[in-house]
Amino acid sequence: MSRPIIEVKNLSKVYQLGSIGATRLKDEVAQLWDRLRSRHTEQKKEAFWALRDVSFDVQPGEVLGIIGRNGAGKSTLLKILSRITQQTRGEITLRGRVASLLEVGTGFHPDLSGRENIYLNGAILGMTRAEIRRKLDEIIAFAEVEQFIDTPVKRYSSGMYVRLAFAVAAHLDPEILIVDEVLAVGDYEFQRKCMGKMQDVTKNSGRTILFVSHNMGAISALTTTALYLDHGGVVGFGPTAQTVNAYLTDRCCKSGVWKAGGKTAAPLQILEVRMLDASGAVQDEFEPEPGFTVEIQYEVREQVRNALVEFYIFSADGIHLLTSGDHDTAPERYEKRMPGFYKASAQVPGNLLNLGTYLLCINSGTHHQTFDSEEVISFHIIESHRMSTRSNRRGLLVPMLPWKTVVSTSSVTREPEA
Amino acid sequence: MKSGLDPAQDSPEYEIVLRPETNWINLELKGIWHYRDLLLLMVWRDFSAKYKQTILGPLWFILQPLLMTVVFTVIFGVVAGLSTDGLPQVLFYLCGQLGWNYFAQNFNSNSTTLVTNAALFSKVYFPRLIVPLSALVSNLLAFLIQMATFAAFFIYFKYGLKTGGFHLDWHIVFLPLLVVQTAAVSLGIGLLLSALTAKYRDLVHVTNLMIQVWMYATPVIYPLSTLLSKCPPKWQWIIALNPMVVIVESFRLMLLGTGTVNAFFLSCSLGMTLVLLVAGLLLFGKVEKTFVDTV
Repeated sequence: MSRPIIEVKNLSKVYQLGSIGATRLKDEVAQLWDRLRSRHTEQKKEAFWALRDVSFDVQPGEVLGIIGRNGAGKSTLLKILSRITQQTRGEITLRGRVASLLEVGTGFHPDLSGRENIYLNGAILGMTRAEIRRKLDEIIAFAEVEQFIDTPVKRYSSGMYVRLAFAVAAHLDPEILIVDEVLAVGDYEFQRKCMGKMQDVTKNSGRTILFVSHNMGAISALTTTALYLDHGGVVGFGPTAQTVNAYLTDRCCKSGVWKAGGKTAAPLQILEVRMLDASGAVQDEFEPEPGFTVEIQYEVREQVRNALVEFYIFSADGIHLLTSGDHDTAPERYEKRMPGFYKASAQVPGNLLNLGTYLLCINSGTHHQTFDSEEVISFHIIESHRMSTRSNRRGLLVPMLPWKTVVSTSSVTREPEA
Repeated sequence: MKSGLDPAQDSPEYEIVLRPETNWINLELKGIWHYRDLLLLMVWRDFSAKYKQTILGPLWFILQPLLMTVVFTVIFGVVAGLSTDGLPQVLFYLCGQLGWNYFAQNFNSNSTTLVTNAALFSKVYFPRLIVPLSALVSNLLAFLIQMATFAAFFIYFKYGLKTGGFHLDWHIVFLPLLVVQTAAVSLGIGLLLSALTAKYRDLVHVTNLMIQVWMYATPVIYPLSTLLSKCPPKWQWIIALNPMVVIVESFRLMLLGTGTVNAFFLSCSLGMTLVLLVAGLLLFGKVEKTFVDTV
C-alpha cells in the first residue's frame, strides 16, 4: 500500500468556553489588573475538548465518511483539515492539494453574473483562471443555467443558485476533497448527479474524499470507510457498513422505549414511544413472523391544524423504508387536533422486514414547522428459532407472497413455427 | 507550482504538515503566489460590484476628492485662512489628498478585514493576506484615477490660468517608491488593527475615530512648515513618528515643488513604516490561524 495521503496523529482541539465570542477589551484589562495585584479570581473559563486524541490515516483514492452526533467534533475536524482553524495539539500530514466544500457558493456575489461568479468562486476554492476557463462550458452545462449565465445571481431561483455553486465545486481538481453536509440542499435529481460526478472522479483519478453527513444512505452509497466520532474521540473506524451500524445502534435507545427529554414550546409534543411485541411487552428484538406494534404518546397543548404525528423506519444503512402516521386511517385528525393527551398505536405486520437492524424515527409538525424529528429507537429483527426457510434471504422486505403452483399438464406452449 | 492535474502523491513538494505551533515568520509567499488569480479576481470584483448599481460609476473616484477639495478650500483656505506654503489652494488640497486618500482607503478596507470577511474565512481556506493585498491593488486603481484628475488640474492651472509658484520637482522619480511606502504603512497598520478588532470588537469604533484624528495630525490641509513653526523643537520627534507626515509632504515636494522633507523626518518615517509592517504581518499571522474560533 502506498503512503497515506492524509495522516492525522493525536489531534486535539480545545475551546475555552468562557472566551468563545470576541472578548471585550474592558474584560481583559480587568483581568490584567487583577493579575497585577496578584488577586487570583477564579477564572470561569472552561475547557471544551472538541477533539481529543484523534488519529487515523486515509489512503489515496479512499472515500471516507465521517459520522457522529451533532457536537461530536466532525465540523471541527473538517475545519482543521481544511486549515480554517488550527489544532491545539497533534499533527496532520497532507500529501495533496486540499479543497474544502463546507458551504455551497462561498464568496458568491449577488450583483455579479453567473459567469463572473464561476470565476470568483472557482478561484476562492483554489482554481486558477486558466483552469476555470478550460472548464467553464462544462460547468455551465452541468449547472443547467445556460440561459441565465449572464444574469446577476441575485435573480436566480434558489435551485439555480445551488446548482451553479455545486457545478463549480464538482469540477474542482484537488487530490483531497473535503465535503461537509452540503449535499443536503438542492433537488434530489441534482444531488444524485453531483454524487455521481464526485464518484466518477474518485474512481477515475484516485481523488480522496472526506465526506460528512447525517444521511446514512449517502454515507453508505458513497463511502468505503467510515470514521465514527463521539464527544471528540474516535469510537469506530473501519468499513462503512460496520461503522454505520455501530453508530445507528448507539444513537438510539436500545430498550424499546424512548421518552422526551423535556417539555418543548411546540403546540404538540411526542412524549413517549414504545415498541411492543405480540404479547404487548416492550422489546427491541422482534421475530420476523408476528410483527410488532409502535405506540406513540403525545400531548396536544393547543389546537393545531394540519399537523402530522408519524414514524419512519430506516434500514441500518439509511434507506427510508416506510412512513406511517395516525391520520392515515382518520383524515379528520389531520384537519384539526384538540388539546389533550393521546396514545396512538399501529401494528407493523409480520413478514415485512428482513432480518437486521432498523431505526425508528418520529416526526411531528405542520408544513411550516417541525415539532419533533428524531431517531428514537433502534431495533432488531432476529430469528431465534430457525424454523422457516427465510433465513439469509436477500432483500430488505420479506413478504409472504401467495404463490400458487399447480401441476401443469403440458410443457410451455410454443407458438407454431411459420 | 504544478498544475492541478498532477497526481500529488508522487510529488513530495505537496506534503504539508500542519502543527499547532504558530510559526511567527510564515508569510506563505508560495501560497499567495498560487492564489494570485484570486487576488486579481477580488480586485475586479471590488471594482465591478461596487459600481454596478450606481449612476455615476467610477466617476465617484474623481468626484469624491474634488468635493473634498471644494470643502477644504472654502473652510480651511478661505474661512480659516490656513497657509498653503504659497501654493494654489486647489492644487495644494488635491495633492495633499493623493497620498492620504490612498492610505485612508487602505486603512478602512484592512482594519476590519478579518471581521468583515469572517463568513468567508470560516468556510474556506486561502492565504488570508490575499484579501488585504487585493484591497491595496483595488485602491491603487482609485489612486491612479485621482492622479489623473490632479494632472488635469495641474495642467489647467499652469497653462490655462498661467498660475505660477509651483512646478514638478526632480524627486518625482521616487514617486513609485513613495506609493509603495504608502501601501506598506497602510498594510502594516491595517493588519495590526484587523488582528486587534478580531479579538476586541469595541476597537471597530476606535478605528473610525482614529483615521479622522490621524488626518488632522498629518499635513493634509496645512503644510508641515506651519506645524513645525508652532511646535517646540524638542517635541518635533513626535511629529516625525507619524510616517504619513513625510509621505504627504513628499507628494507635495514631488508634484508641486514645495515641501519640508529632511533626512531626520525621512529616516523616522521609513523606520516606522518597517516597524508597522513587520508588527502587522506578525500579529495578523498569529491571529488569522484561530480567529474563526471566536466569531
